[in-house]
Amino acid sequence: MIKYSVFDILGPIMIGPSSSHTAGAARLAKVAKLIALEGRASNEIVVSEVTFYLHGSFATTYQGHGSDRALVAGMLGFDPWDERLKRSFELALTEKLQYSFVAIDLGDVHPNTIKFVIKRSDGVSVVVVGSSIGGGKILITSVDGEELEFSGDFPTLILKHHDRPGIVSKVSALLYDENINIAYMKVFRQSRGEDATMVFETDSMISDEVLEKLQELKRQGFLTSVKRISPIALGA
Amino acid sequence: MFINKGAELSRICKERSISIAEYTLEIEQEENGHSREELLLKMQKNLQVMRESAQEALLRPMQSVSGMTGGDAYKLHEYSKRQTLCGELVVLAMARALSCSEVNVAMGKIVAAPTAGPCGVIPGAILTAAEKLQKSDEEIILSLFTASAIGILIAKNATLSGAEGGCQAECGSAAAMAAAAIVEMMGGSPEMALHAAAIALKNILGLVCDPIAGLVESPCAKRNASGAINALISADLAMAGITSIIPFDEMVDAMFSVGRALPCELRETGLGGIAATPTGQTLKKKIFG
Ligand code: SF4
Repeated sequence: MIKYSVFDILGPIMIGPSSSHTAGAARLAKVAKLIALEGRASNEIVVSEVTFYLHGSFATTYQGHGSDRALVAGMLGFDPWDERLKRSFELALTEKLQYSFVAIDLGDVHPNTIKFVIKRSDGVSVVVVGSSIGGGKILITSVDGEELEFSGDFPTLILKHHDRPGIVSKVSALLYDENINIAYMKVFRQSRGEDATMVFETDSMISDEVLEKLQELKRQGFLTSVKRISPIALGA
Repeated sequence: MFINKGAELSRICKERSISIAEYTLEIEQEENGHSREELLLKMQKNLQVMRESAQEALLRPMQSVSGMTGGDAYKLHEYSKRQTLCGELVVLAMARALSCSEVNVAMGKIVAAPTAGPCGVIPGAILTAAEKLQKSDEEIILSLFTASAIGILIAKNATLSGAEGGCQAECGSAAAMAAAAIVEMMGGSPEMALHAAAIALKNILGLVCDPIAGLVESPCAKRNASGAINALISADLAMAGITSIIPFDEMVDAMFSVGRALPCELRETGLGGIAATPTGQTLKKKIFG
């Protein structure tokens, strides 16, 4: 049987009306933003424009459930319990964030799925796809066309590399040496020998020093891309 | 791990002479490594948000984002000051439940309990009962652990989602959780608390989920009001020593199998029930254009 915490049942504290269509949407957008900015905290690069492609029940009910405002709020970096959620359209104006909503059929995906096309101020575009899977929980399912899977509940590393033997263990060993416990680890690749994506979800935060060591592996040609995503809490 | 069945829960609590709330606190400490104080503090935060959302729409009319509903909690609160049929307690419990619901659909802050749709049932019932019984915050917080325990058992053995089990799984489960919580708050035994929860589930067995336009708004708000009252009467029935002929665990199983037997039109798709009535359809057109 599934394990439940008391606070899975009473909680999260959230902005209504719907845990999947409002709270989940805000969380999805916040994680998508972090992915687009590669977890950067600095203000040098910001999100300047975003198109939300809404699939399934998001496409039909997004206005009534306030998913639209929740999505914009998430892109502004607000949490699902932030009372500014309701006023996100006005706040986007001050932040000069442009946004639009488009209904789309993404095919055989979870009924509550959104595709984010995010344009950054430095001209780079990032595409993120994710689903709101109930109770405010989310699952990111693709980044820039590459299939992967993570929940945003844990500190997460998304590492791309050319599919060669030894790289997975190299990274695992590095994390082990730094005392970072791996909660979940998955490798995704299109086909043998092609580019592959590793996703590590860890129990403790990934420090700047560890990130630097991973960047070093990238400079040495072992990795082609390194992204660090901080976890997004489910409730206040 | 938290026990899987109500019968085991009742037996353990009896053997050790502890309440469901105490048992739940113990398990939560073991599982997640938090101290008792941390857990009580976290629940205190839930209580705080419950209080605010149960109050906000009483004092000023609030309109939903879709524009379909709103202002009823305010009306009911005004009415509660006059001569009412059911009396102040019942009317206030309904008003508070409606308030949470209205705050929710106006994009205000609420506690999912157990989900956002029925978020008014537990605050409406528990806060009003606690006020009448003059219970302290500590006692209310403990009762919220009782409520969670019932929710955990239903989640383990059935479902808390309208999409899976209909509204009986949302407003019904919330009422069962609140009923058990109130019984423990009144000094009733764990066994009595489980009877109260079983009675509450029985009272709404089969209730479908049929939100107009697919929005968590109507009939949800009024079902929050009736859910809160369901909790209050179930608690009183159990406190009088009345038992549920069908034990809690079997009630949960029955609720789940009824839920699974509901056609998909009656499970949150907004295609059946009141959503499919001519008025429901007209409202949907008005909202979505
Ligand atoms: S009718 Fe459906 S959406 Fe509304 S409260 Fe009940 S289960 Fe939730």
